[in-house]
Amino acid sequence: MSAQTQSKTDFSTDPNANKGMDFSTDAYLDMDLLRFLTCGSVDDGKSTLIGRLLYDSKSIFEDQLEAAESASLSRGDQRMDLALLTDGLRAEREQGITIDVAYRYFATPKRKFIIADCPGHVQYTRNMVTGASTANLALILIDARHGVIEQTRRHSFITSLLRIPHLVVCVNKMDLVDWSQETYDKIREEFEEFAARFEITDITFVPMSALTGDNVVNRSQNMDWYQGPSLLHHLENVHIAGDRDMIDPRFPVQWVIRPQGDEHHDYRGYGGQIASGVFQVGDEIIALPSGMESKIKSIDIGGVPQPLATPPMSVSIQLEDDIDISRGDMLCRPNNQPTSGQDIDAMVVWMAETPMKVGKKYTVRHTSNEARCIIKNLNYRLDIKTLHRVEEAEDLKLNEIGRIAIRTTKPLFYDPYRQCRVTGSFIIVDEQTNNTVGAAMIIGETS
Amino acid sequence: MTSATEPTGASSHYKLTHLKALEAEAIHIMREVAAQFEKPALMFSGGKDSIVMVRLAEKAFRPAKFPFPLLHIDTGHNFPEALAFRDKLVEDIGERLIVHKVQDLIDRGDAAEDPGPFPSRNRAQIPTLLDAIDKYQFDALFGGARRDEEKARAKERIFSFRDDFGQWDPKNQRPELWNLYNGRHRMGENIRVFPISNWTEMDVWQYIMLENIEIPGLYFSHKRDVVKRRGQLVPIGDDPFGPRDGETIINCTVRFRTVGDMSCTAATDSPASNLEEIVAEVAAARASERGARMDDKTNEAAMEDRKKEGYF
Ligand SMILES: Nc1nc2c(ncn2[C@@H]2O[C@H](COP(=O)(O)OP(=O)(O)O)[C@@H](O)[C@H]2O)c(=O)[nH]1
Ligand SMILES: [Mg+2]
Repeated sequence: MSAQTQSKTDFSTDPNANKGMDFSTDAYLDMDLLRFLTCGSVDDGKSTLIGRLLYDSKSIFEDQLEAAESASLSRGDQRMDLALLTDGLRAEREQGITIDVAYRYFATPKRKFIIADCPGHVQYTRNMVTGASTANLALILIDARHGVIEQTRRHSFITSLLRIPHLVVCVNKMDLVDWSQETYDKIREEFEEFAARFEITDITFVPMSALTGDNVVNRSQNMDWYQGPSLLHHLENVHIAGDRDMIDPRFPVQWVIRPQGDEHHDYRGYGGQIASGVFQVGDEIIALPSGMESKIKSIDIGGVPQPLATPPMSVSIQLEDDIDISRGDMLCRPNNQPTSGQDIDAMVVWMAETPMKVGKKYTVRHTSNEARCIIKNLNYRLDIKTLHRVEEAEDLKLNEIGRIAIRTTKPLFYDPYRQCRVTGSFIIVDEQTNNTVGAAMIIGETS
Repeated sequence: MTSATEPTGASSHYKLTHLKALEAEAIHIMREVAAQFEKPALMFSGGKDSIVMVRLAEKAFRPAKFPFPLLHIDTGHNFPEALAFRDKLVEDIGERLIVHKVQDLIDRGDAAEDPGPFPSRNRAQIPTLLDAIDKYQFDALFGGARRDEEKARAKERIFSFRDDFGQWDPKNQRPELWNLYNGRHRMGENIRVFPISNWTEMDVWQYIMLENIEIPGLYFSHKRDVVKRRGQLVPIGDDPFGPRDGETIINCTVRFRTVGDMSCTAATDSPASNLEEIVAEVAAARASERGARMDDKTNEAAMEDRKKEGYF
């Protein structure tokens, strides 16, 4: 059934429309994982697009569809509002907006996908940052009738700030502009022009209609001028294996595994998740902060030996020598170490109602480490509308972004965020409320 | 660029399947909780999700013992098979199990049986859980909930904060960034932690198959006495789970997609008798897993309301 013969958002009447994916177990066990987020302004069609992806991959079940349908009807809608499938909280349903990140899941025989469906308004920047922090790819929706707008710029900027390696610009609602190549080309040029200012390495453009399904799962018949893949085809095939850093070994120690019984008397394992690089049995390592060196005796997961470990595996590592290592320490290679320091230059997104104050003390959580810090300086606030630096800024309010200098009470072992998202990020915690109030990306040492 | 960083011949080791990625995330979460909290516990219901959590805990902490006990909030409405399974599992893994009974609270007058013709003890689980938290001073509880189960869950953080009354405030959730979990809390506050938040029902089944994890026989097709009630196949057992007036017992081949209380878990008419067949059935399923829980149907926002009250 070709997509464009389908009328409106009529997802549920054709019993054969949704036969589901054919998952052989072998294929399922061989799938990899892609986490992506969707961003765009209200009404650009995010929920419709997600509904379409979930539906066509058979991830929406009949009773969920029925619940959304009957909720739509009882609200007096003409047809089912697909947003009801994703907008989960009562306040959202009542206000008809999305206030928090909703996570959605679907799989095709090639990949499993985790969607972070993020709210678009400026006042929900922090929620978008939350969704963006774990994503490998971002979908930015643009309404073809409106082209690149301020929100598009803001979302693209956040995407680049959080260093999401892949970006897909979905030029949506092409049905409303007569499938016009000219309109699409103009939007594409405009986007490329301003995006040149950001460090975004991989940008793909797809003209589509989320409502009719054109270029979402199947190639559109209405836009034969477009030679590229459908969105789903791109999502299934975009090369993500290269996103993992296999060069710089970093292993933050999370938990020391010391069995009490006699049976495993000699076992002393360091539990943690590989942040980057490859660790192999026999590798020489150095432990920070002690500077003690040893060799990897074994790597295991729950007692099952592993020859090597790559990110983001959670393993337990034993060393040849009995050296003193505890939570917050980091294992790396003697010839490849992170920066160890207390004066850190970082971009921060402020996430709390109470503004960030220069001179105030906070707690930071970085890898498995925790330290106290003082905000020494606010270099500038970035106006996310104009991307201008406001140097005279005195504090950072909710959803504001700025460049700060902090000093920590003890050294952190970090890399620039552009090199490693795990060792290059930290959160700021308010010591009175215990709330997470800031998300920070390390630039380097303060000069 | 990638090929240059991957030594030839080793690339198969470098590939990380999505199940391995989800496993790694869950192990990381469990270790964070062990490190950041004084008294965690793992809520063990006997269902497949909590059985998977036990396997993940083994991966996180073996060869040592778990740094927390298992906690079963016993509604008294269990399938006898599920209880037998629970006890055997606990013995096999050699970990500590705490059982806290809804019936004890009802007897004390601290929890009430729901009114109505088909009382469920879902509501009574809430004070029982809070009582267990209070008695043992738990500050973190692992739950096996997944975000694909239900819309309110889809928005819940992995570290989900509860106030002194065990309540969840969906509008005021802590931002949760990267893999940095902020577990700081005051005395009396506690959190629910969902290590398998990002797993789908399919992932759970595939993982059970991949890891060869033993699960209760209730999940596989078997002959059972059921009645048709409100369009669903309801299992029949000893009092108070006998047939109601006008209901006729039918014996059919069924299985359960979730193993909850006998009073609120419907059976599916299914011949799937092994994991492969279950997986095939899940792949072809037309009704979501929570659809088999009678309690969620009550209203659109049912789950959100229960969560706000301190439900898992
Ligand atoms: N004509 C047309 N309408 C669309 C398209 N995508 C979404 N819409 C409609 O735009 C409105 C807003 O869509 P929705 O998915 O709720 O947008 P969201 O706010 O970004 O989640 C709805 O009425 C949709 O039916 C499209 O490709 N073409
Ligand atoms: Mg929406």
